[in-house]
Amino acid sequence: MDPIEQFHIVNFFALGKLGNVEIAFTNSALFMLIAVVGLTLFLVAGTAGGKAVPTRLQSTAELTYEFVVSMLRSTAGSEGMRFFPFVFTIFMFVLLLNMFGLIPYAFTVTSHIIITAALALTVFFTVLIYGLIRHGFHFFNLFVPKGVPIYILPMIVFIEVLSFISRPISHSVRLFANMLAGHIALKVFAGFIILLGGALGALGWAGGVLPFAMIVALTALEALVAFLQAYVFAVLTCIYLNDAIHPGH
Amino acid sequence: MFDFKYLNNKDRFLTRTNPLSMVRAAFRAAEQQRNLKSTRVESMADGTRGKGDRKEPPDDEAALSARLQRLGERLDNASRPSENVSGPRSTADASAFARGFRLSTELVAGVVVGALIGWLLDRWLGISPWGLIVFLLLGFAAGVLNVMRAAGVVRERRLDD
Repeated sequence: MDPIEQFHIVNFFALGKLGNVEIAFTNSALFMLIAVVGLTLFLVAGTAGGKAVPTRLQSTAELTYEFVVSMLRSTAGSEGMRFFPFVFTIFMFVLLLNMFGLIPYAFTVTSHIIITAALALTVFFTVLIYGLIRHGFHFFNLFVPKGVPIYILPMIVFIEVLSFISRPISHSVRLFANMLAGHIALKVFAGFIILLGGALGALGWAGGVLPFAMIVALTALEALVAFLQAYVFAVLTCIYLNDAIHPGH
Repeated sequence: MFDFKYLNNKDRFLTRTNPLSMVRAAFRAAEQQRNLKSTRVESMADGTRGKGDRKEPPDDEAALSARLQRLGERLDNASRPSENVSGPRSTADASAFARGFRLSTELVAGVVVGALIGWLLDRWLGISPWGLIVFLLLGFAAGVLNVMRAAGVVRERRLDD
């Protein structure tokens, strides 16, 4: 009945200690492992045949490839293709974890901000480090927009830097909050059915049809949100990477 | 015809968002980039602003098709950046939800980062509360900038080169 209970981390077995922190194999780690192994198997099996007339599995694998390629090319240009493995991995990983969360009794890994923040920070530092290596000091032109009068330039630069720093926050919070809120809403509506049935008996169970219909609708919406958020996460990754490739001016 | 012009002008006045014009002074390079909504209305009111349009009869086929073409081009230009960041168009409701959520997180992220940096500066330099005040305001500005970038109102930096 507790809508938060689904997010509890359960330790399955300990792997050792890092300083004072216990490193354990958790349910979160289990689902990440399932996602990675499943994704690898899917792509290896999908690309093994290489037939001219693709099988269903092969065309699905090709479809995901085409989807990410067009997304990356339209936002970061053909130069962005060097980041294709990175973007593809992030997109498929997040998509699979989001989708797993919809299966009853499954654990939603992306509903923990530490996961999404780690992903967003990886993107952030990739942009920063690659941009600095590739463009050197020129990369900081990113913070100096063209055509700004000199007397407000210092303030604009401050604002641009803050805007840059705030990226990983909005990047990670968006995915995390969407998944968290959606799953809590599902559990709350499910709880209504139990509450109604417990309080009003047969009448309550009959009335429970209404929240049940809501759950069905919400589950469909959640499937959409799961895909959309993975897509948005990947598109923003592409946009940020584009800044590293072309800092402008 | 006169009534239409009047209505269009009124619409333009109503739908033109004021922060846009304030920011445009700072981002003079972004002059061509416009809000989708205001572009639409401006293009409809094109006849009142076009160079030779006023003298020509309103039912001139050539002028009309030229204006339609211009409208199409502008709509393409205006809608391109927003398509990059929002979800698929077919799922109107959920993508509008995602878009709204994206905009709100952008704003909050800017404010939070500004407040955090201000607070840390206060602690390190002992200048409380000035760091918080200044950086909260700057963070708010950064949040608004984030939102306008996400909404495609301000031209993204990547289109500059």
